[in-house]
Formats: sequence, structure tokens, C-alpha cells
Amino acid sequence: MKRAGIVALNTFREAVRDRVLYNLVFFALVMMIAAILVGQISIDIEDEVMVSLGLSAISIIGLLIAVFIGVGLVSKEIDKRTLYALLAKPLRRWEFLAGKFAGLVLTLTVNTAAMAAGLFLALYYVKHSLQRTDAVVLVAVYFILLKLALVVALAMLFSCFTSPLLAILFTGGLYVAGLFVHEMRGVGSALISPGLAAILRGISYLLPNFENFDVMGAAAHGRSVAGALIAQNTAYAALYSLIVLSVAAAIFSQRNLK
Amino acid sequence: MAEAAIDIENLTKDYPYGFLQLKKKRSLEGLTMQVQTGEVFGFLGPNGAGKSTTIKLLMRLIFPTAGSARILGKPISDIAMHRNIGYLPEQPYFYDYLTAEEVLDYFARFHDFSAEERRARVSGMLKKVGLESAGQIQLRKYSKGMLQRVGLAQAILHDPEVVVLDEPMSGLDPVGRREVRDIILELKKQGKTVLFSTHILSDAEMLCDRVGVIVGGKLQGIGAPSEMVGLKAHGMEILFELSGVGESVRAVIAQATRTGDRYRLHVEESDLYAAIEQLHASGARILSVTQVKPSLEEYFMHLVAADRAQAAAVEVSGK
Repeated sequence: MKRAGIVALNTFREAVRDRVLYNLVFFALVMMIAAILVGQISIDIEDEVMVSLGLSAISIIGLLIAVFIGVGLVSKEIDKRTLYALLAKPLRRWEFLAGKFAGLVLTLTVNTAAMAAGLFLALYYVKHSLQRTDAVVLVAVYFILLKLALVVALAMLFSCFTSPLLAILFTGGLYVAGLFVHEMRGVGSALISPGLAAILRGISYLLPNFENFDVMGAAAHGRSVAGALIAQNTAYAALYSLIVLSVAAAIFSQRNLK
Repeated sequence: MAEAAIDIENLTKDYPYGFLQLKKKRSLEGLTMQVQTGEVFGFLGPNGAGKSTTIKLLMRLIFPTAGSARILGKPISDIAMHRNIGYLPEQPYFYDYLTAEEVLDYFARFHDFSAEERRARVSGMLKKVGLESAGQIQLRKYSKGMLQRVGLAQAILHDPEVVVLDEPMSGLDPVGRREVRDIILELKKQGKTVLFSTHILSDAEMLCDRVGVIVGGKLQGIGAPSEMVGLKAHGMEILFELSGVGESVRAVIAQATRTGDRYRLHVEESDLYAAIEQLHASGARILSVTQVKPSLEEYFMHLVAADRAQAAAVEVSGK
């Protein structure tokens, strides 16, 4: 795992030098403008608007980084042939994948933490104080991060056997499908045939369930999130990512690098 | 007999192609050869002959359709064995956001050197490949030749027993080529085993104990450069000047090629002394006598033509 750690730190360095963290400037601008506007137009719902807006921005920016950079983690190394010299070192292919995954998750963690700090600053500006109930925003941010880790794993999986464009489409498609797993399970036989409903239900259990990571409503209204859900989402993201990365490693370990 | 440093047995590689990837193109066919410990071995062949395919198979960048290979007595799938291998890919490219120092330090980390040892090795290696003053410049600003030097540095940074170089002279100017040749010779002096691919015959002749020639994915010959069939001298060339053209030398001149004031005369090795005496007697000033060897193009064209003729014969007999 030490060797995966070396790859991870280099991946983080690459992201920093490729100015990935510059998105924080954009986020800061959005927050500043929102804080000023909300202060002028909202009546008693300033914090709700700020939290919803801030968490949405954190989620969207994170998703863009997770998908686009996640897909490029492997494919760019193959296209540019930077991987060739690396794989001749005592480094297993799965260690390379694990390192790349960890490096981007580290980048996303730093990025998300910085954006969360920006959100709290904006909240403080609007409300002039922070309450205990605002801690649920941190849980929402944590769930976003778990979701992003899962998206990175999926992006890496697809990039191991298909072109970058298709990998982006597959990852994006799976993310959108994963937002509707409860709806898929709820489709009754009144609308479709029982067989199809069963198939749809079966698929819904295979798809990554991204709905469970969305506690934006609770965070905006200051409602608490159950500890069990935090534990469940953590375990789910860790296990699902591990399975996806294992499949990616199995595919990548057999791939011919032309 | 000592165990071969590189032992390749019936290595074969097919690449699938077509929309459904059902068709297969054979890039390497039943390659069997050994590279002995401490030997500098040149892998010769025209572009697309299978040189890089063989090297990539050895480095596990691609996987064989059939056959196996061992390096230092261990199967190539043994990851620990990679501690003792250095590899320079063809037209290497490295992380362009890193400096040469950083990229070498990054690669050195996989070999568990201490920070102090890494610093010493990186600095020594940059000096060795002539990049001492460019170590802190990002690789995006490097020329192709400079990247080649970085590639060579990362290949030998950890003092490996076996060094595999894919077209190490590619993209280098004459000074760079000379430096790479010197490094290969230095590795040989240190008792390292070097396998390098090239399509430049003179490099192989100058450096290699043995060469293997591959064309169309098949090994056509293996041995010391001077022993290789087709690489042997086929005659001598006399370069001379004449002050006046006497009757006695007219017949000789008719067979010579004139370039400015100089003449080049091609003779069989057995006729050499007779021709020299005749020229000397005619008052010619002999400037040089050299062996005439086939050019790389001639040699490869000969092998390629033979390979195609064989393929055509197989096709006809198949029909």
C-alpha cells in the first residue's frame, strides 16, 4: 500500500499543479454574490437559501471534477504513455489504480473542505452567528464527499475498458440513474408488466444509490441526520467503491497497453 | 553454463482488430532467444518488426498470446523482479507538470531509498545524462532529446542488473547519441545486462556483443554482428586521386565512380592487392581502403523481401 500512497500523493500534486483547485475561486465568487443578494431579498429564509445554494455548488463542482478528472486518471496516463515507465517499477497495476483513486479523493476532500469553509463563512455573514444545528451542514458535506468517491470509482472503472468520452457518458448516466433508484423500485405492476417491474427492481439494487446521500433538505432546515444513516452511507460508499475498484483492477490488470 | 539474464521461450503476440475484434494480426511469432548475463544485446529490425512488442511483453505492458519469458531466472509476472530492471520506453513521455528532479525522485520512491539517498542518486543521474542545469525545469519545457535523457536516467537510477532500452538513440543529436553510447558501454563495464532495440545498424555494431534481427515478427538471425549473414562485407572500396590518366589505368577508371577529383573503385576482397598495385603503378594516390558492407536499408530490404516472398508462397500453397 506504500506504493499506492506514492501514486496518490503524485496524483494530488498533479491536480494542484493543473490548477484544479482554481474552481474554489469560482465557488467563492458564487457564495459572495449569493450572500449579498440573499441579504437583500430573502425574508427569514436566508440561511436555507444559502445552505441549499452552497451545498448544490459543492456537489456540482465536485461532480464535474470527479467525472472529468476521474476518467482521465487512467486514460491520460495510457494516452500519454506516462504509465509505461511507471509500470516497469515494482508497482502492481491494482496499486496504481488504488493510488490514483486515493489521490483524486484526497484532492476532492481538500477542495470540498475549502468550499465547506467558504459556505460557513457566507452563512456567518448572512446570519451573523452559527448555531449547533448548522453542524448538519457538515454531515451533508460529508455525504457529498462519499458520493464523489463513488463517482470517481465508477469513472475509473469505465475508463479502464472504454474511451474517455464513453466513460464520461456511462458515469454520468449511472449517476443520474442512481438518483432514481427509489422510483425504480416503486414502479408498480399497474404501469408495467410484473416481469419488467421485477427486473427494474433488481437493477435498482445493483445501481449505486445516490439518493441516500442527499440530505440537503434536512441541512437547509436544520433537521438532524440519524447517526445510523451516517454509518450506513459510509459503509455503503466504502463497500460499493471497493467492489467497483476491484472490478476495475481485474480489467486493468489484463489490459494490453498499446 | 550461467543462467541467461533474459530467457524468452516461444513468445507470440496476436493483436485483435476489426469492429468486433475477431480478426487477429500476429505481431510476434514464436520468439525464442536468450540474452546472457553481462551482455549488450541489440535487437534490430525495421519499424513494425516486433521489437517494441517484445520489449513491452517483457515489461508486462502487454500480455502474450503464447509463450513465456524469464528475467534473472524469475517469471516476468514477479513484481519483485522489477527492482532489478530498468526500462526506457520508446519516445518516453513523463508528467509534464513535474521537474526532472521531481520525476526522478518520484520513480526512486518505488525502490525504497531514503530521502538522502534519493537526493544523491537523482543529482548524480542528472549529471550523468547532462541535465544538471535543467533539473528544476518542468518537463513541459523539455525538448524530445531532453526527455529521452530523463527516460534514460529513470531507467538506470536504481542501479538495475538488467537494462532494457527501447530505441534509446531516438530523437537525440550526435552529442546525445554519443553520450547514450558511453552510458551503455559504462553499464557493460559494470557487468550489467543491456538489451536495446534499434534500427540503426552502426549503433548495434559499435555496442553489441550480439544482435538479434527481427522482421515481420519473426527472428531472422542471432549472433555477433560480424558473424551475421548479410552483414558481412561484400567487397572493398578504394578511394584514390589521379594526377593524369595513363593508358594503363584507363580500364580501372572505367569501372570507378568519379566524385570531383576523386574516384571510388569497388573490388572483390581477393582482387584488392592487384588493384592497389595497378593504381600505384599508374601514379594514383590512394586515399583510403574500406570494407563495403550492406547499408541497413539494403539488409532490411533483403530480409523484408524474403519475408514477403515466403508469405506469398504460403498463401499460394494454401490456395
